[in-house]
Amino acid sequence: MINYFNPKNTLIIINRLQKYVLFLFLLVLAIGLLEALVLSPEDYKQSDSVRIMYVHVPSAWISLGIFSIISILSFGILIFKNKNFYLITKSLAPTGFVFNLIALVTGSIWGKPTWGTWWAWDARITSMLLLAVFYLIFILTWRIYENKDKAIKISSFVAILGLINIPIIKFSVDWWSTLHQPASVNLLKDTTIHASMLLPLGIMTAAFTLFSLLIFLMKYNTELIKIKNKGLDRL
Amino acid sequence: MMNDILFMNGYGVYVWSSFVFTLSSFGILYSIIKLQLSKEKKKFENKFKNLASEKLELAKKQETYREILANTSASKI
Repeated sequence: MINYFNPKNTLIIINRLQKYVLFLFLLVLAIGLLEALVLSPEDYKQSDSVRIMYVHVPSAWISLGIFSIISILSFGILIFKNKNFYLITKSLAPTGFVFNLIALVTGSIWGKPTWGTWWAWDARITSMLLLAVFYLIFILTWRIYENKDKAIKISSFVAILGLINIPIIKFSVDWWSTLHQPASVNLLKDTTIHASMLLPLGIMTAAFTLFSLLIFLMKYNTELIKIKNKGLDRL
Repeated sequence: MMNDILFMNGYGVYVWSSFVFTLSSFGILYSIIKLQLSKEKKKFENKFKNLASEKLELAKKQETYREILANTSASKI
């Protein structure tokens, strides 16, 4: 399993996979946009403003998912001393950060017609902002520290520390009285969203996941070439 | 029909700005990462071209090096 992430073995697969993922992403995104902006119905309460959900919710899910993966792999880096994992965490962070920003900005745009304000310091929104700060610190660690080992250690520590924030984001709407609505899509309980809205949400989530995969592959490829560049110096 | 899609019962400005922001962010992120990848490939290609002949032979044997240089002018070396 660990050997599967060996840079030597993955470079060839990654190079070929990128084109297919890009094609698939564009295809799924086109269908998703048609569903989200044209075919899906308006909400009886929020009217057409509900369409913001189709970019806001998948972005929030993916940014949370990516940070969780980064945190779990960081445990692998610190405990099992597997340095191949740092290439994955470093390559995932930019996408996670951008999705986090999209979730915050589109949430703010959605908040104006729904709550009458662009921003509120409620538990869900504030904890999402905190996640963006963790992402930023993680990314900056790699820019600040030139010593690779030090950067690996500190960025992993930041990711593990940020993991505490993940359940806070998830359950903030249940634990506190927040302006943000509770989850409408649940894996374990009944989903309260109608199928006609669930379909575009699912398609957009698939499109955004493919985009994350595409950026991850490109960034991972870049990091591998960087290593090979250093390898050429040592020849 | 067109007006409905554009104005969305008065929410058009919010909906469209959200989608435009999202897709622009995608475009910017993709461009930055693509640029970084191209830069790193170019750097590798230049270093590869300037290798001494015995080192070049050694490097040519490595499959990963050949993969990085695929579709570049150095692949013909």
